[in-house]
Amino acid sequence: MMVRKTQGRVDRRQFVAKLLDGMPEALVVTGLGSAAYDVFAAGDRDTNYYLWGAMGGAASIGLGLALAQPERPVVVITGDGEILMGVGSLGTIGARQPKNLTVVVLDNGHFGETGMQRSHTSMGTDLVAVAKGFGIDDSSSTASVDDCAAIARRVNSRKGPAFVQVFIEANEPPRALPPRDGPFIKNRFRAALGLKPF
Amino acid sequence: MVPKNSPAPAWQEAIFQVLKRGGIKQVAYVPDAGHSHAIRRVIADPEIDDVVLTTEEEGVALACGAWLGGQRAAVLMQSSGVGNCVNMFSLLQAADVPFFTIVTMRGEYAEFNPWQGPMGKATQAALELMGIHVLRVSSPAEVEEIVSAGLDAAFEAGERVAVLLGQNLIGRKKWERG
Repeated sequence: MMVRKTQGRVDRRQFVAKLLDGMPEALVVTGLGSAAYDVFAAGDRDTNYYLWGAMGGAASIGLGLALAQPERPVVVITGDGEILMGVGSLGTIGARQPKNLTVVVLDNGHFGETGMQRSHTSMGTDLVAVAKGFGIDDSSSTASVDDCAAIARRVNSRKGPAFVQVFIEANEPPRALPPRDGPFIKNRFRAALGLKPF
Repeated sequence: MVPKNSPAPAWQEAIFQVLKRGGIKQVAYVPDAGHSHAIRRVIADPEIDDVVLTTEEEGVALACGAWLGGQRAAVLMQSSGVGNCVNMFSLLQAADVPFFTIVTMRGEYAEFNPWQGPMGKATQAALELMGIHVLRVSSPAEVEEIVSAGLDAAFEAGERVAVLLGQNLIGRKKWERG
Protein backbone atom coordinates (compact mmCIF):
# COMPACT_ATOMS: atom_id res chain seq x y z
CA MET A 1 0.00 0.00 0.00
CA MET A 2 2.79 2.44 0.85
CA VAL A 3 4.34 1.88 -2.55
CA ARG A 4 1.16 2.95 -4.31
CA LYS A 5 1.00 6.11 -2.28
CA THR A 6 4.31 7.46 -3.52
CA GLN A 7 4.57 5.77 -6.89
CA GLY A 8 2.16 5.90 -9.80
CA ARG A 9 -0.01 8.65 -8.43
CA VAL A 10 -0.57 12.15 -9.74
CA ASP A 11 -1.22 15.53 -8.15
CA ARG A 12 -4.97 16.13 -8.33
CA ARG A 13 -4.86 19.88 -8.92
CA GLN A 14 -2.31 19.60 -11.69
CA PHE A 15 -4.24 16.80 -13.38
CA VAL A 16 -7.64 18.51 -13.25
CA ALA A 17 -6.24 21.83 -14.46
CA LYS A 18 -4.52 20.24 -17.43
CA LEU A 19 -7.55 18.08 -18.25
CA LEU A 20 -9.99 21.01 -18.24
CA ASP A 21 -7.58 23.11 -20.26
CA GLY A 22 -8.15 20.69 -23.15
CA MET A 23 -11.94 20.88 -23.08
CA PRO A 24 -13.10 24.52 -23.14
CA GLU A 25 -16.53 23.59 -24.53
CA ALA A 26 -17.31 20.88 -21.97
CA LEU A 27 -20.16 21.14 -19.51
CA VAL A 28 -18.68 20.11 -16.15
CA VAL A 29 -20.48 18.56 -13.18
CA THR A 30 -18.45 18.03 -10.02
CA GLY A 31 -19.03 15.72 -7.11
CA LEU A 32 -19.04 17.32 -3.69
CA GLY A 33 -15.87 18.09 -1.75
CA SER A 34 -12.36 17.96 -3.12
CA ALA A 35 -13.39 17.33 -6.73
CA ALA A 36 -15.37 20.58 -6.66
CA TYR A 37 -12.42 22.43 -5.16
CA ASP A 38 -10.09 21.04 -7.83
CA VAL A 39 -12.37 22.14 -10.67
CA PHE A 40 -12.88 25.59 -9.14
CA ALA A 41 -9.14 25.99 -8.54
CA ALA A 42 -8.53 25.23 -12.22
CA GLY A 43 -10.58 28.31 -13.14
CA ASP A 44 -14.24 29.11 -12.56
CA ARG A 45 -16.50 28.78 -15.59
CA ASP A 46 -20.19 29.53 -16.06
CA THR A 47 -20.56 26.00 -17.43
CA ASN A 48 -19.26 24.39 -14.23
CA TYR A 49 -21.91 22.92 -11.97
CA TYR A 50 -20.55 22.42 -8.46
CA LEU A 51 -22.23 20.12 -5.96
CA TRP A 52 -21.96 20.68 -2.22
CA GLY A 53 -24.18 17.73 -1.34
CA ALA A 54 -26.28 15.10 -3.12
CA MET A 55 -23.52 12.54 -2.60
CA GLY A 56 -23.87 9.79 -5.16
CA GLY A 57 -25.75 12.00 -7.61
CA ALA A 58 -23.03 13.58 -9.76
CA ALA A 59 -22.99 10.93 -12.51
CA SER A 60 -26.79 10.96 -12.76
CA ILE A 61 -26.85 14.76 -13.04
CA GLY A 62 -24.28 14.34 -15.80
CA LEU A 63 -26.51 11.82 -17.55
CA GLY A 64 -29.59 14.07 -17.47
CA LEU A 65 -27.47 16.94 -18.76
CA ALA A 66 -25.84 14.84 -21.47
CA LEU A 67 -29.23 13.67 -22.77
CA ALA A 68 -30.51 17.26 -22.78
CA GLN A 69 -27.41 18.67 -24.51
CA PRO A 70 -26.28 16.03 -27.01
CA GLU A 71 -24.16 18.49 -28.98
CA ARG A 72 -21.97 19.37 -26.01
CA PRO A 73 -19.43 17.15 -24.29
CA VAL A 74 -20.36 16.56 -20.66
CA VAL A 75 -17.78 15.53 -18.08
CA VAL A 76 -18.43 14.51 -14.50
CA ILE A 77 -15.43 14.99 -12.21
CA THR A 78 -15.87 13.31 -8.87
CA GLY A 79 -14.18 11.25 -6.18
CA ASP A 80 -14.06 7.56 -5.35
CA GLY A 81 -16.35 7.90 -2.33
CA GLU A 82 -18.93 9.86 -4.30
CA ILE A 83 -19.09 7.43 -7.22
CA LEU A 84 -19.21 4.45 -4.86
CA MET A 85 -22.30 5.87 -3.13
CA GLY A 86 -24.15 6.08 -6.45
CA VAL A 87 -22.36 3.27 -8.24
CA GLY A 88 -25.54 1.97 -9.84
CA SER A 89 -25.60 5.16 -11.91
CA LEU A 90 -22.74 3.67 -13.93
CA GLY A 91 -25.13 0.85 -14.82
CA THR A 92 -27.74 3.38 -15.87
CA ILE A 93 -25.15 5.15 -18.04
CA GLY A 94 -24.08 1.79 -19.45
CA ALA A 95 -27.67 0.96 -20.34
CA ARG A 96 -28.29 4.35 -21.95
CA GLN A 97 -24.89 4.74 -23.74
CA PRO A 98 -24.89 8.55 -24.03
CA LYS A 99 -22.32 9.51 -26.66
CA ASN A 100 -21.29 12.72 -24.94
CA LEU A 101 -20.74 11.71 -21.30
CA THR A 102 -17.43 10.98 -19.58
CA VAL A 103 -17.07 10.20 -15.89
CA VAL A 104 -13.66 11.01 -14.37
CA VAL A 105 -13.06 9.65 -10.88
CA LEU A 106 -10.23 11.18 -8.86
CA ASP A 107 -9.33 8.18 -6.76
CA ASN A 108 -7.18 8.63 -3.69
CA GLY A 109 -8.60 5.50 -2.10
CA HIS A 110 -9.87 7.53 0.83
CA PHE A 111 -12.76 9.62 2.11
CA GLY A 112 -10.74 12.83 2.08
CA GLU A 113 -13.34 15.22 3.48
CA THR A 114 -14.01 13.29 6.64
CA GLY A 115 -10.59 12.35 7.97
CA MET A 116 -8.97 10.22 5.27
CA GLN A 117 -10.61 6.94 6.16
CA ARG A 118 -9.82 4.24 3.60
CA SER A 119 -12.47 3.67 0.93
CA HIS A 120 -13.38 0.49 -0.94
CA THR A 121 -10.90 1.28 -3.71
CA SER A 122 -8.12 0.80 -1.14
CA MET A 123 -9.73 -2.45 -0.06
CA GLY A 124 -10.30 -4.40 -3.23
CA THR A 125 -12.76 -2.55 -5.47
CA ASP A 126 -11.49 -2.11 -9.03
CA LEU A 127 -13.51 0.79 -10.46
CA VAL A 128 -12.46 0.17 -14.06
CA ALA A 129 -13.70 -3.41 -13.80
CA VAL A 130 -16.91 -2.13 -12.22
CA ALA A 131 -17.47 0.41 -15.02
CA LYS A 132 -16.72 -2.18 -17.71
CA GLY A 133 -19.01 -4.64 -15.99
CA PHE A 134 -21.78 -2.05 -16.15
CA GLY A 135 -21.32 -1.74 -19.91
CA ILE A 136 -19.06 1.30 -20.20
CA ASP A 137 -16.60 -0.43 -22.52
CA ASP A 138 -14.22 2.51 -22.80
CA SER A 139 -13.03 2.45 -19.20
CA SER A 140 -9.41 2.94 -18.23
CA SER A 141 -7.14 4.26 -15.53
CA THR A 142 -4.24 6.69 -15.49
CA ALA A 143 -1.71 8.10 -13.09
CA SER A 144 -0.08 10.64 -15.37
CA VAL A 145 -0.78 14.18 -16.54
CA ASP A 146 0.67 13.07 -19.86
CA ASP A 147 -2.67 11.37 -20.55
CA CYS A 148 -4.74 14.55 -20.04
CA ALA A 149 -4.63 15.68 -23.65
CA ALA A 150 -5.78 12.29 -24.95
CA ILE A 151 -8.59 12.10 -22.37
CA ALA A 152 -9.71 15.61 -23.30
CA ARG A 153 -9.77 14.66 -26.98
CA ARG A 154 -11.87 11.63 -26.11
CA VAL A 155 -14.31 13.81 -24.14
CA ASN A 156 -14.54 16.30 -27.00
CA SER A 157 -15.09 13.55 -29.59
CA ARG A 158 -18.51 12.51 -28.14
CA LYS A 159 -18.02 8.95 -29.32
CA GLY A 160 -19.80 7.05 -26.60
CA PRO A 161 -19.63 7.01 -22.83
CA ALA A 162 -16.23 6.78 -21.18
CA PHE A 163 -14.94 6.22 -17.67
CA VAL A 164 -11.53 7.28 -16.39
CA GLN A 165 -10.10 6.39 -13.00
CA VAL A 166 -7.29 8.74 -12.03
CA PHE A 167 -4.94 7.56 -9.30
CA ILE A 168 -4.22 10.69 -7.29
CA GLU A 169 -2.07 11.33 -4.25
CA ALA A 170 -3.96 11.18 -0.97
CA ASN A 171 -3.09 14.72 0.06
CA GLU A 172 -5.26 17.73 0.78
CA PRO A 173 -4.37 20.79 -1.28
CA PRO A 174 -5.46 24.20 0.05
CA ARG A 175 -9.22 24.56 -0.15
CA ALA A 176 -10.58 26.56 -3.05
CA LEU A 177 -14.26 27.01 -2.36
CA PRO A 178 -16.66 27.39 -5.29
CA PRO A 179 -19.96 29.22 -4.88
CA ARG A 180 -22.45 27.19 -2.85
CA ASP A 181 -25.44 29.32 -3.79
CA GLY A 182 -27.54 26.81 -5.75
CA PRO A 183 -29.83 29.27 -7.55
CA PHE A 184 -26.80 31.32 -8.61
CA ILE A 185 -24.89 28.46 -10.19
CA LYS A 186 -28.05 27.04 -11.75
CA ASN A 187 -29.04 30.34 -13.34
CA ARG A 188 -25.50 31.06 -14.45
CA PHE A 189 -25.17 27.61 -16.01
CA ARG A 190 -28.50 27.80 -17.84
CA ALA A 191 -27.82 31.34 -19.05
CA ALA A 192 -24.50 30.17 -20.51
CA LEU A 193 -26.50 27.64 -22.57
CA GLY A 194 -28.87 30.37 -23.74
CA LEU A 195 -31.75 29.07 -21.62
CA LYS A 196 -34.27 31.56 -20.29
CA PRO A 197 -35.76 31.64 -16.79
CA PHE A 198 -39.18 29.97 -16.72
CA MET B 1 -56.13 -6.19 -11.57
CA VAL B 2 -56.30 -6.19 -15.32
CA PRO B 3 -55.66 -9.57 -16.96
CA LYS B 4 -52.60 -9.79 -19.17
CA ASN B 5 -53.09 -8.93 -22.86
CA SER B 6 -56.10 -6.71 -22.24
CA PRO B 7 -55.74 -3.02 -23.10
CA ALA B 8 -54.35 -0.77 -20.38
CA PRO B 9 -56.91 1.30 -18.49
CA ALA B 10 -57.59 4.66 -20.07
CA TRP B 11 -56.11 6.50 -17.10
CA GLN B 12 -52.72 4.94 -17.80
CA GLU B 13 -52.79 6.26 -21.35
CA ALA B 14 -53.91 9.63 -19.98
CA ILE B 15 -50.71 9.80 -17.91
CA PHE B 16 -48.57 9.27 -20.98
CA GLN B 17 -50.54 11.91 -22.88
CA VAL B 18 -50.06 14.45 -20.09
CA LEU B 19 -46.28 13.81 -20.08
CA LYS B 20 -46.13 14.11 -23.85
CA ARG B 21 -48.23 17.28 -24.04
CA GLY B 22 -46.29 18.73 -21.14
CA GLY B 23 -43.06 18.61 -23.09
CA ILE B 24 -41.37 15.95 -20.97
CA LYS B 25 -38.24 14.81 -22.80
CA GLN B 26 -36.75 12.41 -20.26
CA VAL B 27 -38.67 9.81 -18.29
CA ALA B 28 -36.67 7.98 -15.65
CA TYR B 29 -38.18 5.03 -13.86
CA VAL B 30 -37.92 2.05 -11.63
CA PRO B 31 -40.76 -0.10 -12.96
CA ASP B 32 -44.08 -0.74 -11.30
CA ALA B 33 -47.15 -2.47 -12.70
CA GLY B 34 -49.17 0.75 -12.45
CA HIS B 35 -46.60 2.54 -14.62
CA SER B 36 -46.11 -0.27 -17.11
CA HIS B 37 -48.26 1.21 -19.86
CA ALA B 38 -46.69 4.68 -19.62
CA ILE B 39 -43.22 3.10 -19.63
CA ARG B 40 -44.03 1.10 -22.77
CA ARG B 41 -45.33 4.24 -24.49
CA VAL B 42 -42.26 6.24 -23.48
CA ILE B 43 -39.86 3.56 -24.76
CA ALA B 44 -41.72 3.56 -28.09
CA ASP B 45 -41.62 7.36 -28.40
CA PRO B 46 -38.52 8.63 -30.25
CA GLU B 47 -38.95 12.14 -28.82
CA ILE B 48 -38.64 10.99 -25.21
CA ASP B 49 -35.55 9.44 -23.65
CA ASP B 50 -36.44 6.54 -21.39
CA VAL B 51 -33.97 5.93 -18.57
CA VAL B 52 -34.25 2.81 -16.45
CA LEU B 53 -32.68 3.38 -13.04
CA THR B 54 -31.03 1.07 -10.54
CA THR B 55 -32.47 3.16 -7.69
CA GLU B 56 -34.95 6.02 -7.67
CA GLU B 57 -32.54 8.60 -6.24
CA GLU B 58 -30.67 8.52 -9.55
CA GLY B 59 -33.86 9.89 -11.08
CA VAL B 60 -33.89 12.87 -8.73
CA ALA B 61 -30.36 13.77 -9.79
CA LEU B 62 -31.09 13.07 -13.45
CA ALA B 63 -34.06 15.45 -13.36
CA CYS B 64 -31.77 18.17 -12.02
CA GLY B 65 -29.27 17.57 -14.83
CA ALA B 66 -32.03 17.61 -17.43
CA TRP B 67 -33.25 20.98 -16.17
CA LEU B 68 -29.73 22.41 -16.18
CA GLY B 69 -29.60 21.37 -19.84
CA GLY B 70 -32.99 22.84 -20.70
CA GLN B 71 -35.21 19.76 -20.64
CA ARG B 72 -38.13 18.64 -18.54
CA ALA B 73 -37.85 15.23 -16.90
CA ALA B 74 -40.34 13.11 -14.98
CA VAL B 75 -39.61 10.25 -12.60
CA LEU B 76 -41.93 7.26 -12.28
CA MET B 77 -41.58 5.18 -9.14
CA GLN B 78 -43.39 3.08 -6.57
CA SER B 79 -43.94 4.29 -3.02
CA SER B 80 -41.03 2.19 -1.74
CA GLY B 81 -38.75 4.23 -4.00
CA VAL B 82 -39.60 7.45 -2.18
CA GLY B 83 -37.68 6.13 0.79
CA ASN B 84 -34.66 5.51 -1.41
CA CYS B 85 -34.64 9.18 -2.43
CA VAL B 86 -34.79 11.05 0.85
CA ASN B 87 -31.32 12.61 1.04
CA MET B 88 -31.20 13.20 -2.70
CA PHE B 89 -34.37 15.29 -2.37
CA SER B 90 -32.10 17.86 -0.66
CA LEU B 91 -30.65 18.55 -4.08
CA LEU B 92 -33.98 19.87 -5.35
CA GLN B 93 -34.23 22.61 -2.75
CA ALA B 94 -30.54 23.47 -2.60
CA ALA B 95 -30.23 23.57 -6.37
CA ASP B 96 -33.63 25.24 -6.78
CA VAL B 97 -34.84 23.07 -9.64
CA PRO B 98 -38.34 21.91 -10.63
CA PHE B 99 -39.22 18.28 -9.96
CA PHE B 100 -42.10 16.10 -11.04
CA THR B 101 -42.67 12.52 -9.98
CA ILE B 102 -45.61 10.13 -10.25
CA VAL B 103 -45.71 7.55 -7.48
CA THR B 104 -47.79 4.37 -7.50
CA MET B 105 -48.85 3.54 -3.97
CA ARG B 106 -48.48 0.27 -2.12
CA GLY B 107 -49.13 -0.66 1.47
CA GLU B 108 -52.24 1.46 1.94
CA TYR B 109 -55.31 -0.33 0.51
CA ALA B 110 -56.12 -4.04 0.27
CA GLU B 111 -52.41 -4.74 0.60
CA PHE B 112 -51.38 -8.37 0.63
CA ASN B 113 -47.69 -7.93 1.42
CA PRO B 114 -46.86 -6.69 4.92
CA TRP B 115 -43.38 -5.64 3.77
CA GLN B 116 -44.98 -2.84 1.72
CA GLY B 117 -46.76 -1.33 4.71
CA PRO B 118 -44.12 0.69 6.55
CA MET B 119 -42.84 2.73 3.59
CA GLY B 120 -46.23 2.95 1.92
CA LYS B 121 -47.79 4.52 4.99
CA ALA B 122 -44.85 6.93 5.39
CA THR B 123 -44.60 7.93 1.74
CA GLN B 124 -46.68 11.10 1.76
CA ALA B 125 -45.18 12.35 5.03
CA ALA B 126 -41.63 11.61 3.82
CA LEU B 127 -42.21 13.62 0.65
CA GLU B 128 -43.71 16.51 2.60
CA LEU B 129 -40.90 16.48 5.16
CA MET B 130 -38.49 16.98 2.28
CA GLY B 131 -40.42 19.95 0.91
CA ILE B 132 -42.23 18.22 -1.93
CA HIS B 133 -45.83 19.18 -2.61
CA VAL B 134 -48.12 16.13 -2.73
CA LEU B 135 -51.22 15.66 -4.88
CA ARG B 136 -53.20 12.45 -4.70
CA VAL B 137 -55.41 10.62 -7.20
CA SER B 138 -57.99 8.08 -6.07
CA SER B 139 -60.29 7.62 -9.05
CA PRO B 140 -59.70 7.14 -12.79
CA ALA B 141 -61.73 10.23 -13.71
CA GLU B 142 -59.30 12.49 -11.80
CA VAL B 143 -56.06 11.17 -13.26
CA GLU B 144 -55.62 13.41 -16.27
CA GLU B 145 -56.53 16.62 -14.48
CA ILE B 146 -54.46 16.08 -11.36
CA VAL B 147 -51.37 14.74 -13.14
CA SER B 148 -51.58 17.71 -15.49
CA ALA B 149 -51.98 20.12 -12.57
CA GLY B 150 -48.89 18.65 -10.92
CA LEU B 151 -46.83 18.90 -14.06
CA ASP B 152 -47.83 22.53 -14.57
CA ALA B 153 -46.97 23.43 -10.98
CA ALA B 154 -43.55 21.85 -11.41
CA PHE B 155 -42.55 23.42 -14.68
CA GLU B 156 -44.61 26.61 -14.78
CA ALA B 157 -44.06 27.59 -11.12
CA GLY B 158 -40.80 25.74 -10.49
CA GLU B 159 -42.29 23.64 -7.71
CA ARG B 160 -41.32 20.19 -6.51
CA VAL B 161 -44.38 17.98 -6.94
CA ALA B 162 -45.30 14.35 -6.39
CA VAL B 163 -48.59 12.90 -7.65
CA LEU B 164 -49.51 9.79 -5.70
CA LEU B 165 -51.63 7.25 -7.55
CA GLY B 166 -53.64 5.61 -4.78
CA GLN B 167 -53.66 1.87 -4.45
CA ASN B 168 -57.45 1.96 -4.74
CA LEU B 169 -56.99 3.45 -8.22
CA ILE B 170 -54.44 0.89 -9.33
CA GLY B 171 -56.50 -2.01 -8.02
CA ARG B 172 -55.82 -5.12 -6.06
CA LYS B 173 -52.69 -6.99 -6.97
CA LYS B 174 -53.44 -10.47 -8.21
CA TRP B 175 -51.23 -13.03 -6.50
CA GLU B 176 -52.17 -16.27 -8.22
CA ARG B 177 -49.33 -17.59 -10.30
CA GLY B 178 -49.70 -19.11 -13.64
